Amino acid sequence: MYDAVIIGAGPAGLSAAIACAKWNLQVVVIDEFMKPGGRLLGQLHQEPDGTWWNGIKEANILVEQARALGVDIWCGVSVHHIEEVGQGWRVHTNKERIDTPKLLLATGAAETPAPVPGWTLPGVMSIGAAQVMTNVHRVRPGKKGIVIGINVLSAAITRELQLAGGDVVGMVLPPVNPITKDAGNPRKVMQSLLRISHLAPSAFLRMGGKLSRANWMQKLALTFYPKSGVKMWGIPIHLRKAAVQINGEKEVESVTICSVTPDGKRIEGSEQTMDVDFVCIAGGLYPLAELAAVAGCPFHYFPELGGHVPVHNERMKTPLEGLYVAGNITGIESAKVARAQGFVAGLSIAKETIQSADSAIDKHLENALDEVRKIRSNAAIQFHQDIHAGRNKMESIYKEQFS
Amino acid sequence: MNNRRILHHPVLGTMPERNAVHFTFDGKKYKGFEGETIAAALLASGVRTLRVHEEKETPRGIYCNIGHCFECRVTVNGQPGVRSCLTEINDGMVIESGKRQPTPLKRKEIARHV
Ligand SMILES: Cc1cc2nc3c(=O)[nH]c(=O)nc-3n(C[C@H](O)[C@H](O)[C@H](O)COP(=O)(O)OP(=O)(O)OC[C@H]3O[C@@H](n4cnc5c(N)ncnc54)[C@H](O)[C@@H]3O)c2cc1C
Ligand code: FES
Repeated sequence: MYDAVIIGAGPAGLSAAIACAKWNLQVVVIDEFMKPGGRLLGQLHQEPDGTWWNGIKEANILVEQARALGVDIWCGVSVHHIEEVGQGWRVHTNKERIDTPKLLLATGAAETPAPVPGWTLPGVMSIGAAQVMTNVHRVRPGKKGIVIGINVLSAAITRELQLAGGDVVGMVLPPVNPITKDAGNPRKVMQSLLRISHLAPSAFLRMGGKLSRANWMQKLALTFYPKSGVKMWGIPIHLRKAAVQINGEKEVESVTICSVTPDGKRIEGSEQTMDVDFVCIAGGLYPLAELAAVAGCPFHYFPELGGHVPVHNERMKTPLEGLYVAGNITGIESAKVARAQGFVAGLSIAKETIQSADSAIDKHLENALDEVRKIRSNAAIQFHQDIHAGRNKMESIYKEQFS
Repeated sequence: MNNRRILHHPVLGTMPERNAVHFTFDGKKYKGFEGETIAAALLASGVRTLRVHEEKETPRGIYCNIGHCFECRVTVNGQPGVRSCLTEINDGMVIESGKRQPTPLKRKEIARHV
């Protein structure tokens, strides 16, 4: 029997496995994708110091380290149910059923769908789908595309598509509807874009970043926003244009876009059609936490963390005995934070499994917790502005209600 | 080699040589490479429609590409409901697209039979 089962071979799950194995625990990592690495595999961005964050390399480092320590990694296995049995957990997969005293959920994040009329046509995909096709499978999503949804993730991935030689005609807003909400509001989108201005080699955005506190400047910038968009890495970003409809009979043939006011209202008669054969929809990310829900774990809604998050403490324990969480299931952050959180979770599991009086593991745990805080503070990519506030709220809820 | 594949990448480098695999999709022969998914092998061959909506028969392809949305379901060697974005292509695989299903309990259909 394994001492612990880990669901998800992303940065969080793999580093948790490494931490467990370093303390001689026998662990297995289960993942439904055919290769380990999770969403790391698609990642490719330039750090502020100019070096490249190559997710494939980072994933390989973790996988090799885990395997060298004797960790079992099962790929192509989906977990569809978990339940508490006796002193532990039963994990139901499409292959077999396994029981374990300690279970870690490191299932990561999913993309929020942002519906646009015509979005079921082949050739329309999420921005993450285009990332995986391009960087992992090395297959082009199409010949010429458009990105609907302007946010940190879509800006980073659009750049990746361009780097691979893809032709992206531009980025536009989604239509305003009850699901897209602020994502269709030029003012709100501009504010969130200014937070990544340090990453963008665009004079406009750098200038904008400095002036981000001056509301009147933002208003002015949007009122006089150039018709041809503002270029970031040579890709036109249209903060005053929104997608209306994706057209095509059997697959994508074109997209109809329109101009919008600085508040996102459609300007009648401004519609134009652009010929494209693929469309990437970027609605943002939310924690993928269904398994925690079927386990009966309590949840809390934190916009700062990206949605509904299973309750947990800083040591990655949930209120349910033997159930742990780590990585983006606990809130949307970059892979480096997920990796550091995974290490904490692994040490927590090891500490409670060996139950030794040896204080060495406590020291490691303290260091690992410090590491998470440090990495979070220095993160180059931040998906949500008030991430620290969200983390603190979660910690106090756990303390007040569950400890 | 068609230009749908990204063989050279300025940061990720040149794609390593991989073994070719042969498979069929709706009876037609295609070539893919070991270590890639069914969805990737088909897209690289120019195939984007993987199934049709069970009732309306409108075409569908991949959406999320990482197993979350189930839009890419195909039948593999007789097993239906397989997510083509997660499943590795193998030599000799027989893949069928998802087809329209009968809707015998729909009012229109019932009317046709009475
Ligand atoms: C499409 C997408 C693109 C992203 N791109 C970036 C980016 O460019 N830069 C960035 O910093 N962050 C990006 N992120 C955020 C990303 O979530 C984190 O960077 C990081 O990868 C999170 O690590 P993790 O270990 O928590 O989860 P993940 O890396 O997502 O790993 C989770 C793993 O769990 C597996 N899994 C989930 N459910 C099950 C199940 N039921 N059964 C079996 N296996 C399961 C998945 O297959 C996956 O491999 C992206 C996220 C998504 C969804
Ligand atoms: S494309 Fe979403 S599950 Fe395959």
